[in-house]
Amino acid sequence: MTDPLAWLVLLPLLWACGAFLLGPGRGAWLAGTGVALQLFCALLVGGSLLEGGIRTHAIGGWGAPLGIDLAADGLAAIMLLLTQLVALPLMLYARTYFAAGDATAHYFWPLAGMLLGGLNALFLSTDLFNLYVTLEIVGLASVGLVVTGGDARQIAAGLRYLLATLVGSSMYLLGVALLYGVYGTVSIATLGPLIDSAAPRAVWLAAGLMLFGLMLKTALFPFHYWLPPAHGSAPAPVSALLSALVVKASFYLILRLWLGPFLPMSAAAAWLAALLGSVAILWGSWHAIHTERLKELVAYSTVAQLGYLFLVFPLLGPDEIALQAGTMQVVAHGLAKAAMFAATGVFIHLNGRDAVADVAGVAGRLPVTLFAFALAGMTLMGLPPSGGFLAKWLLIHAALRQGHWWLVVVIIAGSLLAAVYVFRVLRQAFLVVPDERRRHGAVPRMLEWTAFFLAAASVAVGLRGMEILRLLAIGRQVPA
Amino acid sequence: MSAGLIFACTGVLLFTMGVAGVVLIDHLVRRILAFNLMGSGVFLVLVGLAQRTDHLDPVPQAMVLTGIVVALAATALALALARRLFALTGKCTLPEVDDD
Repeated sequence: MTDPLAWLVLLPLLWACGAFLLGPGRGAWLAGTGVALQLFCALLVGGSLLEGGIRTHAIGGWGAPLGIDLAADGLAAIMLLLTQLVALPLMLYARTYFAAGDATAHYFWPLAGMLLGGLNALFLSTDLFNLYVTLEIVGLASVGLVVTGGDARQIAAGLRYLLATLVGSSMYLLGVALLYGVYGTVSIATLGPLIDSAAPRAVWLAAGLMLFGLMLKTALFPFHYWLPPAHGSAPAPVSALLSALVVKASFYLILRLWLGPFLPMSAAAAWLAALLGSVAILWGSWHAIHTERLKELVAYSTVAQLGYLFLVFPLLGPDEIALQAGTMQVVAHGLAKAAMFAATGVFIHLNGRDAVADVAGVAGRLPVTLFAFALAGMTLMGLPPSGGFLAKWLLIHAALRQGHWWLVVVIIAGSLLAAVYVFRVLRQAFLVVPDERRRHGAVPRMLEWTAFFLAAASVAVGLRGMEILRLLAIGRQVPA
Repeated sequence: MSAGLIFACTGVLLFTMGVAGVVLIDHLVRRILAFNLMGSGVFLVLVGLAQRTDHLDPVPQAMVLTGIVVALAATALALALARRLFALTGKCTLPEVDDD
């Protein structure tokens, strides 16, 4: 009972139930304490990985064929650390954000616990069916979080999101069913050596269905249609959790399958994924530059930044650089996007309206928040020394080594477009003087500083990149 | 063609019909029903493929049970949201994406 792997799944589920029973006030304290303990567990897992390699845990003492195994390798440990590191400031942020008898808070805490429990279980799962269950927990909790406000726009966005995520996970499950029919197992480790490029057609169909379903859940262009309304209409801490973590969970699963069982058959789809990723970068940035709503700008920026993740697939083969680039992009974007949504929430709190034009003149009133927004924007643009710079640098390095010039062009164009939409907000904040003195209540310090902490962390990971890459190497067979 | 394979093929057919329903239909309740059709299709594939061997395999049955629980929860959530949307807007369809 002392294994941190089990507690990473158990703790959030426990405090979710507790927060439901205790109500929003004490529930928030419980949630904060719970996430702090989870962060401690994740650090323990990371530390023990650096010393002793991959960790596994058989739940309830039942081994793999009968019971459920949890396992953490370097990639899983990085995702766990990222999740708890993003969640902890956001919990503090949400405690202030939902203060003063907001009905939304009643459901936020239990659902946030379910979401974090599902995410942690997803990163630790070792079999395809268990992954399906965790995907559904994450999906249903996310939809619940989107609609916590309960107005018509949120409900419509939530339903759209729910239908998309259900179709995605049903496709995934059909793929799992076909794989089980052919091989009689759902364990990723067992499937790995069984599948080769001469696999029967049902396996190709299964791989196609699973990857397609997961891309729908990751909101890869052209399946991104559900993301901007869902992330753009939810309360700020929810948007931050969803954009930073939830879409990364299905990407993590794609990466797992791609590097594991589907490696022999993935060559055909790699360029398609990269092509869609490139279009996503341009399309998402284009919409971010043109939208009038502030939160939608940040949401479309997520669509664009997710595109970078799919550029790594054609580059994955010969060395580890592309995988390192993808992982750095997941970490840097997760922290930066959480910071950006948190800062956006503060702007909206000040003005009471969600429009880019209303940021005007905010520089004088909220310098800390604006600095957080700018730092997060720096990561999205990929300016040194941020984590985003490291990710894009590694990606360009991998693309040049394999002679794919057009990928470099797309990456640089994406960074320039990111600069346009980030500076669009900053220009409003600095240069334009507001035409009237709108109502502006005082903004609690906690909201400003948690956003700042997340943004600073997204830059700081660029400075501590070597440690992350060292952790990533654990459990990977490094090609000779 | 064995009985198991017939089950599996029927399952794939149902799944395809379900996907078409979720994507093409406007009315929310019918879309939710279509999602349930997809789920039933997957369960038929799971059970059907498990029957191909001589001895019955209990693992897919357990998976189907779990899947039914998940589908029930998802359906309940979707229906609750659809009811709420109907109460707020008086419509049983989703508004167009570019509504702003």
